[in-house]
Amino acid sequence: MGFELREIHKHFGAVRANDGVNLSVASGELHGLLGENGAGKSTLMKVLSGFHQKTSGEILVEGEPVELRTPADAMQHGIGMLHQDPLVFLPFTVLDNFIIGSPGPERVNRREAARELATLAERFGFNFDPDTPTRRLTVGERQQLEILRLLWLGARVLILDEPTTGISAPQRIKLFATLRELAADGMSVVFVSHKLEEVEELCERVTIIRAGAVVGERDLPCPAAELVELMFGGEVEVGERPIVGLGPPRLVVSGLGVQDRLASVEDFDLEVAEGEVIGLAGLEGSGQRIVLDALSGLRRAQTGTIQAGGRDLTKTGYRGYLAAGVQFLPAGRLEEGLVAGLTLTEHFVLAARSDSFRIDWDSAREEAGRDIVDHFIKGTPESTAESLSGGNQQRLLLAMLQDNLSVLLMEHPTRGLDIESAAWVWEQLLLRREDGTAIVFASADLDELLEYSDRILVFFNGSVLAEVNARTSSVDELGHLIGGKVSR
Amino acid sequence: MEATLASILAASTPLIFIVIGETITEKAGVINLSLDGTVLLSAMVGFAGAYESGSVIVGFAAAALVSALAALLVAYSSIALRLNQVAVGFVLFQLTGEMSAFLGDPYVRVPGPTVTYRPIPLLEDIPFVGKVFFQHDLVVYGSIVLIFVTYWFMFRTRRGLKLQAVGERPEAAHSRGVPVNRLRYLYAAGGGALVGMGGAAYSLGAKIGWSEGHTTGLGWIALAIVIFGGWHPYRAAFGVYLFGALQFSAIKLQDVFPDLTQVLGTLPFPIMIFTLVLVYSDQVRSLTDRYPALRGILGSDPPSAIGTRFDVD
Repeated sequence: MGFELREIHKHFGAVRANDGVNLSVASGELHGLLGENGAGKSTLMKVLSGFHQKTSGEILVEGEPVELRTPADAMQHGIGMLHQDPLVFLPFTVLDNFIIGSPGPERVNRREAARELATLAERFGFNFDPDTPTRRLTVGERQQLEILRLLWLGARVLILDEPTTGISAPQRIKLFATLRELAADGMSVVFVSHKLEEVEELCERVTIIRAGAVVGERDLPCPAAELVELMFGGEVEVGERPIVGLGPPRLVVSGLGVQDRLASVEDFDLEVAEGEVIGLAGLEGSGQRIVLDALSGLRRAQTGTIQAGGRDLTKTGYRGYLAAGVQFLPAGRLEEGLVAGLTLTEHFVLAARSDSFRIDWDSAREEAGRDIVDHFIKGTPESTAESLSGGNQQRLLLAMLQDNLSVLLMEHPTRGLDIESAAWVWEQLLLRREDGTAIVFASADLDELLEYSDRILVFFNGSVLAEVNARTSSVDELGHLIGGKVSR
Repeated sequence: MEATLASILAASTPLIFIVIGETITEKAGVINLSLDGTVLLSAMVGFAGAYESGSVIVGFAAAALVSALAALLVAYSSIALRLNQVAVGFVLFQLTGEMSAFLGDPYVRVPGPTVTYRPIPLLEDIPFVGKVFFQHDLVVYGSIVLIFVTYWFMFRTRRGLKLQAVGERPEAAHSRGVPVNRLRYLYAAGGGALVGMGGAAYSLGAKIGWSEGHTTGLGWIALAIVIFGGWHPYRAAFGVYLFGALQFSAIKLQDVFPDLTQVLGTLPFPIMIFTLVLVYSDQVRSLTDRYPALRGILGSDPPSAIGTRFDVD
C-alpha cells in the first residue's frame, strides 16, 4: 500500500524536528530512511504512525488524504510501527502481548489467538512459547512478536525504527528475509536507520534526512560516498588503526566463575596485554555482560582470581578496582553510567572523586566548560545528562574517565551512535590504547569487532566457544560462531 | 469452628472491598495513598446517609460516591495538573480523615440502620459450608462474588487486559489504541467506589455505628495487603482473610494468654514481610517465569507505570 507525506512540519516549541518533509513510498517498496542521530527520522515516522500530531502538512494513503490523530487511527489505515525499543509489556505473556489492542469479542479467546500466532510465526520461521513472559525474550524476538502482531492487525505499511539495534547477526538476517518477503506481498516497508551498510543491503530506494529536511533521494545501489556526503554534508574520515606494540599483561583472569539469574560463566581465563584490544562477541545474555561486571568489580566472582596492573583484586570491591585503574562503561549510558537529572558540571564533580568537603562551583563550571569543548559534547555545563543525545552521553562518559587507565571495559561502545560519533569514540579509545590501556569490549556489531579488536572471544551459552584473530577472521565466520556453529 | 470461620469471613468483608478496589486502581497505574482517610470518610458518610434516609442502599451509594471522588481527585491532579500522586494522596489522607471527624460529629454513637441478615435458603442447610458461607448479609455475599468477578474481568476479558496494559506500559497501550488517561480516570473512580463501599460495610455491618477514628489504620493495612497480594485478586483476598484470622485469634486468645495478645495482633506484619522477601527472590521469580501455572500464586510484578503520568504527544 503506497503512501505520501507532503510538506510535513513538526515543531516542538521552538525546535523544528521536521521542517517541510516530502516522502513518497510505493506499494511493495523497501524504502530506507537514512540520517544521523537527531536528524528527525524518528519524529517523522511517529507523525506517520499517529504518535505525534503534525504541526502542518498532509498525509495521503493510496492517494486519499487522511487524518491520523492516534496510533489507532494509523493502524486503521494499515500503518503500523515497530519502535526501536519494541513496545511490549515485559511481565505479560507472549500471548497477552499479542492480544492486547486487537479487536474482538469482550471475552478473550486465548486458544484461538494462540493458534493464529502459531500460524503466523510458522510462516516466517519464528518460534514462540505463548505462555512465556515477554521479558524472557531477546530484543530480536520481541521485534518478531511485534511484527507478527502488526501483520495480524492488518498492517500494509510497516515502519521499523532502528530495528537492528540490540539484535544478533542471525536475527538481523532473519529480519531482512522477513521484510523482503513482506515487500514481495505488497507491503510498503520503511526502514529507518543511521547504518549505511544495512540500508544498502536491504532497501531499493533511500531518502536521506538532515536537520529535519530531506536532502536527497537515491535509487540503490548508489556509491556509499555519495550517501555519506548527503548524511553529514561532508565525508567522514575513518582513521586507520595504528599498530601498537603489545606490552606486559595488564589484566590476568584465571578460572573465573560468575553467574546471574539468566546466565552463568565458569572457568573463564583471559590475559590482556598492555595496549591490547579484546572484543567479546556473542548473543545478548551469553555471558559477556556478567564477565564485564566481574572484571569491573560490580559483581562478585564465585571462583577464580582477577589481577590488574600487578594487583590481586579478587577480594576487593568496586573501589579497589577503580583505584587499580579499572573502569567500566556499560551499555545503559543513562541508566547505569550517568545520573539523570544532574547537570554536566555535577557529573564532572562526582567523577573527580575529590575529598574536599566544599565544592567550588565557579571553578567546577569552568572546568566542565573546558571538558565539554575538549570532548566535543553538544551541551552546556548546565545541561542535564538526559537532555544529551546518545552520542553526546557517550562523549560525556569518556570525558569522565580517569587518566592513565590500566584496563578499560566497555559494553556496546557505539550502539545507537551515528558514524561520526562512533568514529570519534574509537579515536579516543585508540589514543588510550597508545598510552598502554588494555581494552576489553563487548559488541553486537561484527564490523566493529573485526575492525578494532586484536583478538575476539566468541561467547556461546556461558562459555567461550572460540577465540579468533580479528585480522584474519570474517563477518561470516563470526556470525556462524555466534550462532554456536564451530565448523561449517 | 463454623462459627469462627463465619465471623472471620464477616469481619473481613469491608477489607475485601477496600483491597480489591485499590488493586484495580493501582493496576491502572494510579496509586491512591489517601486510603486510610477515605475509608474513614466513607464509613462516616455511609452511616450518615443511611441514618438520614433510613435506607442502607443510600448509605452505600453515598459512601461509594465520596470515595470515588477522592480517587478521581488523585487521578485528576496527576493527569491534568501534573502533580505527584504520592504527595496528593498524603494530603488527601489528612483532609478526608479530618473531614470525617468534623462532619461526623452529630452521628457519634448514634444508633442507626444496619444491613439485614439474609441467609440463603437451601444453601444454608448444607452442613459446615452453609454455616460458614450462607448465613450472612448481602454485603458479605457481594464481597465473595467481587473477588471472582474481578479475577475474571482482569484476566479473561479484553477490557481487563487493557486495564493491566495501562498500568504496565502506557505508551505501549497507547500504541495499541487504548485510551490511557480515560481508562485511568475510569478505574480510579471504579476502584475508589469499591473502597467507599468497604467503608460503609464497616459502619453499617462489620463494626456498626460511627465514632471518631472508627476505622483508623485499616487503609494502611489495605495498602500493604495490595502489595502482599501481588496485584492479584485471589492473593489479595487470601491476604485479607489471613489478616482477619490472625486478628480474630488475637482477640479469642486474649483471655487464655493475656501476655501474648500484643504479639498475635502484630503477627500479620512480619508474615507479610517474609512473604514479600520470598516472592521477590530470584529463585521464585525464575520459577514463575518457567511455570505459568505458578504465576497466579507467586507472581508479584507491580504495575510498572504505577504513580507515573502519561502525556500524549
